[in-house]
Parts: sequence; C-alpha cells; structure tokens
Amino acid sequence: MHKTYKNSYKLYFAIIVFVVYLIIVPLAFRNNNYLLNVIITSSILSIISLGVWLVFAIGRINIGQGAFALIGGYTSAILLTKTGISFWLALPLSGILAGLIGYLIGRPILRLKGVYFDMLTLCMTQFATLAMLNMTKLTSGARGIINIPLPKALKIAGITVIPQFTPGNYIPFYYLTALILIFTFFALVRLNNSRVGRVFSSLRQHEGLTASIGIDVVKYRLLAYTICCFLGGLGGSLFVVYTQSIFPTTFKVADSVNFMLYCFFGGLEYLFGPILGSFLLTISFEYLRVIQKYQEAIYAVLLILMMLFLPNGLLSIRIGQLHDKTKLFISKNKKKVEM
Amino acid sequence: MGILELENLSKNFGGLKAVNNFNLTVEKGCIYGLIGPNGAGKSTVFNLVSGFIPTTSGNVIFNGQNIVGMKPNKIAKLGLIRTFQEPTIYKEFSVTENIEVAHYLHHEANDFGHFLNTEKAKKDNEVARSHTHKLIDSLGLTKFSDLLVENLPYGQLRLVQFALCSSGNPTLFLLDEPFTGMNLEEIDAFSKLVLLLRDNGATIIIIEHNMKVVMDLCEKITVLNFGEKIAEGTPNEIQSNALVIEAYLGSDTTF
Repeated sequence: MHKTYKNSYKLYFAIIVFVVYLIIVPLAFRNNNYLLNVIITSSILSIISLGVWLVFAIGRINIGQGAFALIGGYTSAILLTKTGISFWLALPLSGILAGLIGYLIGRPILRLKGVYFDMLTLCMTQFATLAMLNMTKLTSGARGIINIPLPKALKIAGITVIPQFTPGNYIPFYYLTALILIFTFFALVRLNNSRVGRVFSSLRQHEGLTASIGIDVVKYRLLAYTICCFLGGLGGSLFVVYTQSIFPTTFKVADSVNFMLYCFFGGLEYLFGPILGSFLLTISFEYLRVIQKYQEAIYAVLLILMMLFLPNGLLSIRIGQLHDKTKLFISKNKKKVEM
Repeated sequence: MGILELENLSKNFGGLKAVNNFNLTVEKGCIYGLIGPNGAGKSTVFNLVSGFIPTTSGNVIFNGQNIVGMKPNKIAKLGLIRTFQEPTIYKEFSVTENIEVAHYLHHEANDFGHFLNTEKAKKDNEVARSHTHKLIDSLGLTKFSDLLVENLPYGQLRLVQFALCSSGNPTLFLLDEPFTGMNLEEIDAFSKLVLLLRDNGATIIIIEHNMKVVMDLCEKITVLNFGEKIAEGTPNEIQSNALVIEAYLGSDTTF
C-alpha cells in the first residue's frame, strides 16, 4: 500500500520522536509550565483526533467528536466529584460510556448515505452541549463542574504504580497523556494493518463491492464509529481532569471542526497525520499569541490553501518533492482526497 | 425446483412499477440471459435478488430458502454473488490485495485474532495468499500481482473483478453487463471463463446488451420490458419473437 519510505526510516523516526517526546522535552523543560501545558493539550487533542481519523478511514466525515469528548468529560467529572471512585477507574469508564452511546447512536445513523450522516454529526456537538446545559441535577447546568479532584496515586498490592498528582505539577499529566497517546497510536497502527484495517479501506473505496463479497458492512462501520467515540470520551476525560473543570461549552462545534482540521492538515493517508496536525496547529497558535483573535479566520484560510496546494496534507510531501518546489505549486494534482 | 425461484417479484419506486410480478425459475448449472431495453428493470431485479434494495412484494427462493429481507453480505455468504456494471475493484489495492479481500469470509480467526495476529490468523493469511496466487496465475495476471489495479488496462480490470466475485466459489453468479467495453479477444476469453464456471457446477445469469454474446452463451433467455417479462425461451425462440423485436426496434404499425 502506501509504504512511501523504507521501514528503516520509519524506525529511526519513531526512535527520535520517542526520545524527544518522552525524555528530552520533559527533562529540558520541566520548569517551563507553559510549554508543558501546550504539549499536554496537544497530546489530548491528538487522542481525540485519532478517533476522527478512524471515521475518515471508512470513508465518512465525523464533525461531532466534540459531543463525545463532552460526554466523556462530564462522565469523569460527575464520577469524580459525586462518587468517590478513583480516576483510574473513571478514565476507562468515561471512554466506555462514550463508546456505548456512540454505538447506540451509530446504529441508526450510519445507515444514512454519506452526506446525510455527515450533516447529522454536525448537529451532535450542539445537542450534547444543550443536554449538559439542561440536565442540571446531574451536571449543574451552566455553572459547570469545578474543583474536580486530581488523580490519586494508583496502588497495586501495596506498590505505588502511579504517584499522587499534585497541584501545579505538570509532569505527571505530561507522562499520562503521552503514554496514552503512544499506546493508542500503536494500537491503531496494529488495527489498521490487520484485516479490520483492510476492511475499513475497502469500505472507503467501494461499500457496495465489499457487501457483495460477503463482508458485514454494518458491523465494520459501527466498529470504526464506536472506537472513534471511545477515543473522544477518553480524551475528554483526560482534558477535564487536567483542567479540573468542565462546562457545557468546553467542547463546541468549533472544536469538532478543529479535530477534523488536524486530520486534514497532517494528512488523511497516515495515522500520524492527526497527531502532526494537532501538535503543529496547537503549538503554533499558542506561541503566536498575537494572532490568536484571528485564529478561526486563519484556520479557514489555512484549510483553503491546503485544499488548493496540499489536498492530502503535510505528510503527503515526499522527501524528494521538497527539492522540486515547482511541483508543489503548479500541479493541481488532485490525488484522491480520501473522503 | 430450480436453484433460484422468483415468485411474483415486484418493486415500486413511489408510483413507478420498476419490476412487476416477475416470475422466473433458474435451473442449476445453466447459463441464463436477462435482456431487455434500457430501463427495463434488469439491474433492479439483480439488486432485489442480491438484497441491495428491499422488495415491495414477492419471494426470492435461493436453494429452497427465502432470502427476502436478508442483508447483501449474508446472501453473498450463502453463495449468491452479483457484479456491478462498471469494473468494481478496489482502486487503491494491488491485484493480490484485491483478491485477498474476497477471501475474508473464509477466514477461521475472527477480527480480534487478526488484530493480535494469532496462529490461526497467520494460517488464514497463508491459505488466502496461496489461493490468491493460484487464481491470479490461472487468469494470466501473474505479472500484475503487485501492481495497483488502477494502472491496469481495462480488460485486466474486468479479470480482477471476475476474480473478486469468483474467489468464494459461489453457486449462483449474477453478472451485470460483464462484456461492456470489451474487444473481441477479451469477449472470447471471458466467454470461456463463464463456460468454465458453468462446467465447475455454478449457475450464471447474465444481463447483457451484446446480442451476439447472449445468443452464443446463454441456454435460456428471459426478456424484460417496462418491468414485466414479455418472453422467455431459447435463443432461437427469442430471436424470432415478435414482442421482443418490437420492444427493441419498435412496432411496424403506422397510424
């Protein structure tokens, strides 16, 4: 398929990324809370965007991921403030609940033909916000939930596997989000390279053909969508315990669109795309504070430029092409934008 | 009792009767033709039989089992495979990868097993690969095996489409205009393939507009017009049937 660079390059690249991500950055910048905050946020957004990538992989567009981040976030917030359960239980439960709701919603709506499904997802984030606003007994409505406790230490058989998270200390969150992101990424890589990934790709290319050779199209569509919602809930939970608060507007339609944008920007062909997109866009916007109020306008222009010159995202630039600049600008090479 | 029985099969799209009380008995091991002018409802019949669109009324009995309401992939698993009018293949996969997808329904290991790459899954992949290579060799596509199908010439695309639908050894093929776009050589080669399928015990129903092919290949032909059967019989009978001639060429009467 798309083995554009040899496996050895991939391995070197992965090692470098690991070392920088897990060792160099946290060590060198352990007192730079601002940078740590940006990376933590990027990691969480990456996890959520990876879910959206999965739905692109079956040939559909999901503009409703914000709803599931909200569901996951509120689940954790409520569990942590109203019951005494540990975050280490609340985290997977939030993902599972988001996934379950995704499964129940997905069953009817995935039957809709492409565009109609996409449009419905656009409404979802708003539905979720309104739901959280109005379930005041559970969610405290517009007041939101604040003072969410930090994760406590995780002890297994008396041994402290994960230490207590303390206020003002960003490093534990850094490693928590980094490790979950890495684990999610590799799990999805494995999934994508296995039979399920091939089926996803065949659904994207020709659903009718796939059904006609005996593959249960409905089951695989649901699988992709459920995993997407699970990842949304997981990311939402992480975000909420990191910021220790949640409001009905914590995830808005703009956020749902952003998750999609991160996937486009990095490149839909590669699983690394949404991660690259999240990190690059989040970091550049944080550090270019001065243009922040124009953020949405800039994102819009960026999207248009991308569609014109790089429809397949940043990762579609081959190493050789970097020298051949004319190709990048002259070729309206509309290779398949995988929608 | 034939391998396929259509009993009063009907499909309405709003007020339009696309297929109207269509009755058909398909004997096992025969090559059938389904012909008629454009818009007669032939592809609709295929869609109804293979479960791609819901029926309005009527029964579809396949091997004694009523398959109305079944999902298309379930019907395919029972051994009824349909093709589409254009050469439907996975454009982004290579020839080998295309045909391997068709083997997924014969795998023993489930999705989780494949995710973990268990021994069973590895064996599945090996078996699928060897079947695929045999099929590719038998169709003469060996030198194309690792090429992306979108780079293949048209005739080869049709062969890959054929390989995709025949990998599962189905008992009933519904071929929708398979000879479209083929030159004489390709028609000859493909006709031999269809005969080979029949000799291996499969039953085939072909929708086709190329009359020479239909008359040469098919043992029995059914003619549809405006969703209704207007004639049925051997190629010779059909060729001289007045209703059929009228349907295709218009009537002689002047006012």
